[in-house]
Order: sequence, then structure tokens, then C-alpha cells
Amino acid sequence: MAGSLISQSEQVFIVHGVENDFRSDGRSSIDYRPMELETDVVSHASGSARLRLANTDILVGVKTEIDVPKPETPGLGKIEFFVDCSANATPEFEGRGGEQLANTISSTMQRAYYSPQAFNLKQLCIFEGKQCWKLYVDILILECGGNLCDAVSLAVKAALFNTRLPCVKAALMDGGNIDLQLSDDPYDSKQLDIGTAPLLVTLCKIGTKCVVDPSAEEERCSVISLVVGVTGNPNFYQTDDNVIPDIKCKCSTISMNGPGSLSPKTLKSAIEQGITAANCLDNALGDALLREKDEISYLKKHSYGFLK
Amino acid sequence: MPGPDLLSSQGLRLDGRRPNELRRIRCKLGVFTQPDGSAYLEQGNTKVLAAVYGPHQASKSKTSTEGVVVNCQYSMATFSTGERKNRPRGDRKSQEMSLHLRQSFTAAIKTELYPRSQIDIYIEVLQADGGAYCASVNAGTLALIDAGIPLKAYVCACTASMAWQGSEPEPLVDVGHVEEAAGGVCLTVSSLPSTGNVALLELSHKLHMDYYDMVMSRAMQGCRDIEVILDRAVREHLAEGWTKQDTITI
Repeated sequence: MAGSLISQSEQVFIVHGVENDFRSDGRSSIDYRPMELETDVVSHASGSARLRLANTDILVGVKTEIDVPKPETPGLGKIEFFVDCSANATPEFEGRGGEQLANTISSTMQRAYYSPQAFNLKQLCIFEGKQCWKLYVDILILECGGNLCDAVSLAVKAALFNTRLPCVKAALMDGGNIDLQLSDDPYDSKQLDIGTAPLLVTLCKIGTKCVVDPSAEEERCSVISLVVGVTGNPNFYQTDDNVIPDIKCKCSTISMNGPGSLSPKTLKSAIEQGITAANCLDNALGDALLREKDEISYLKKHSYGFLK
Repeated sequence: MPGPDLLSSQGLRLDGRRPNELRRIRCKLGVFTQPDGSAYLEQGNTKVLAAVYGPHQASKSKTSTEGVVVNCQYSMATFSTGERKNRPRGDRKSQEMSLHLRQSFTAAIKTELYPRSQIDIYIEVLQADGGAYCASVNAGTLALIDAGIPLKAYVCACTASMAWQGSEPEPLVDVGHVEEAAGGVCLTVSSLPSTGNVALLELSHKLHMDYYDMVMSRAMQGCRDIEVILDRAVREHLAEGWTKQDTITI
């Protein structure tokens, strides 16, 4: 991952800090850095969100298009992830420099969203076998301060929560073709059901311990990191009281980055640590999104964007 | 000639502005911590982020003993336009934009101060609604100032177009996307308003030379107006001082 160069003694300092469960910025091994989240920041997109996790800055825009479903899955829509590492983050990303990192993140996201228990593609179907929605989830990395995967997955879930699909008013059958008439009223739209959408949690092995939310400097000290994708809990994303029976979180993807290796015992405990962290994050994200939704609809909150 | 519909009978434009009125400009310096200088600028619905790195040692192939090498990259977010873009950069249009940006900034930077060095200016368009080049130049200027790079003067860019009110020609300043798409003339000027020099001029569509002076002076007036806004933003940012945001936690 891109990041700053640090010296040997700084590395030792960070590793010793982690051993004593007191990291260089005062956190313990299970603490996240402060986050800022805002939805609906890009008006050209159907849904958008900006997330700032300490120094990491992510902007996600969701665009929708009508497409033909794949012949083998006629009842399902499509979702595609595209990551762009902006050169604003670091000069290394200039030209095609960020492509490798971008591909790693987008394929991890694609895998995490692949399972129907993570994201139900049936809700994107318009006419079985004929037409469906295709969601383009475009992720823009504006600043790298470590822990990109977690930040990206949080921002994507927030942007999908914010996405509105226009309702179909009428459809004209003309031979084999379907001509759709979409509602042009922006309020006549449906929201996506993203309760179970997965969140990624990166666990960074530094020395002998695993920590969550590594900063850029900590990522430099680690030999291996484990990314766990955990499905969400729909109860966190609805306000009314008709409680859906709690679905247990499931791992939808696990991947490892880095040159080192892990013992099976550490691996198992790291995965469990990841699931707990994902559950807490999901709860916090749900709260924040519902609060933001209320503010937008009742208080006519104006957007801050990057001006704050 | 563009149709008379660019101006209403009351003399207002499609978005309700008067012919000599700019879109609202809001900006902020120092949005990011990692680059040496950064700025965010909104011009109407066009939103641009700029980051500046450097001056640092130039890469071998680019190095010049004459002065600093200015390296620009223009990229547009895939969700920035109405229709989704497939590639954020690398297409012809963004390469041309990068060259034009370089032209403007090289004219403004005191290049002779840093031989064998390089300054990187990265522009990211988050939302495009006409006049993306102008917004990029204006944001880039702010980012250069935030990075503390010596400039000869502020470099500001502005577009101008022309419409007919009755039979009278009327120049329009700061062209929006709708007016751009209507297919009228579009004159892009990037200038150093305090010295009065023009760093870059680009004209698309045809314009009769009889009207050139009028459109050009409107564009230059736009640049001067923008300079005032940018200057105020810089002064406000500096007055805020380093007590508020530039503190470094060790």
C-alpha cells in the first residue's frame, strides 16, 4: 500500500506500543479512529457518500443504468465496483500507478457482495430476462491514511443506502422489445434493501498481535493483514419496530494481503475479532445513516461537502 | 449564432443569472493533510479538488536546468458527468486539459527559482456542470498558494459566450453546461488579472471578429471578479491561522 516511509526505530516504537496494547495515537488494539460521514454529496449520481476516517478520504458515487440481465441469471440485476485511486492521494498514483491497488480493492468488494445473502440482486430486476438495473459503484480514493478497505466498504454501504431507483410508471411491449417509462418525480423512487450488505474489516498483524484500523504507519510495520467481509444486520437500518429475526452475521469473503503468514490459531481468533468489529461498525453506521436521513427530510439540512 | 433563447426577454439567462453575473463560487484551502497544498472549489454545480506536491526533485527524464518542471494531471470522477464515464483519465480530452492547465500554471509560477525540480498539480473534477477548466485553474491557484509556491500573480480562468437580446449582441460570462450544450461560441481565457496578461486563450465555435473585443473584455472582467473572490478566500484562510487546522500532532 502506498504510504509514508518510516525508519527502523519508528517501527520498533510502533511494534512495542502494540505489544502493550497502547498504540502510537493512544488507541487500544480494537479502537477505530474518528469518522465523518456525509451522504448525498454528488448531485449527478443516484446515491453518494463521503467518508473520512482520520486521514483516509473516500468518495463514492452510485450511478444506475438499465441493462439486459445475463441469460444464466434472468431474474437478477447487476452490480459493478470500480475503484479509482486519485493522484491527489499520492503522486505514486499518477497515470496508471494506482491501478494495482484499485483492482485489489474492487475485486475484494465484488467478492464480498457476490453472495445473495450479502446483497440481494433480485431487487434490481425490472422484467425477468429482459431488463434489469445495473448499479455502477464508483469509488474515488482522495487521500490514503491507512485502512482503505474498511473505509471503502463503509462508504459504499452508505452510498447504496442513499441510492434511489426511479419507479417504473409504464411499460410498452413492442414486439420483443420493452419500452420503459420511468417516473421523473425525484420523490417517486424506491430505496435499496442494503441491510445485509457486507462490511470489510482489516486486521493487521503487528508483532504478535492483531489490530483493527491500522494507520498508514502501522501498515508499514505489519507483515500480513487479513481482510474479513462480514454481512450486516438489517435491524440496524430500519426505524419501525417490526423486528426481523436477527440474522447471524456471516463471513462473505476472507482474504490476506502481505508477504507474511499466520498460524491457524491466530487466524481463527482474528476472524472472530473481525466479526465482532464488523457488528459494532454496522450498528454505528446504521445509527448514523438513519440520523442523517431524518435530518435531510425534516430539517432540510444543507450539504457541507468539502467546505467544512 | 446561438438562438436568441439564451437570454429571456427580461435579459435573464437560462439559470436566472444576469449576463455579467458569475455563478456562486465557494472555496476552501487546505482540505487535505498529505499534499503540500490542496484546495476545493465550487463554481455553481462544478466541483473541483486540487492537490499540489512539491517542489521536489524532478524525475530523470523530465529534469530541466532552466526552471521547475510543472506536471499537471486532470482527471474526472466517473460519476462527475450526467452519463457515466468509463475512464477517469487518459482519454484525449483529459490529456488536452492537462496540457492547457500546465500552460496556465507555468505562466504564473516563478519557474526560475527551482531548477532541476518538479511541481505536481493534480486536479480531480468531482462534478462537471460547465466550465470545468476554469474551475480547475482557479482551484489549482488556491492549492499552489496553500503550498507556498511563489507566483507572479493569481492566475484565474473564466469563460464567456455571446447571445442576442433583440438585435443587440450581449456577451455572457461564466458559461454553464446548458449554455455550453446549446452550441454557442465559448471563449475560455486564463489570465493573470493583476498584470493584465493572458496565459491561455481558447475559442470554440465561430465568432465574428467584430464581437471579439466585447466577448474578450467580458471574460477578462470575469477573471478580475474571480481574483477578488480568490484573494478574499486566501486572506480568510491565513487569518484563521494555524491555530485552527494546521496544528500537527506529534
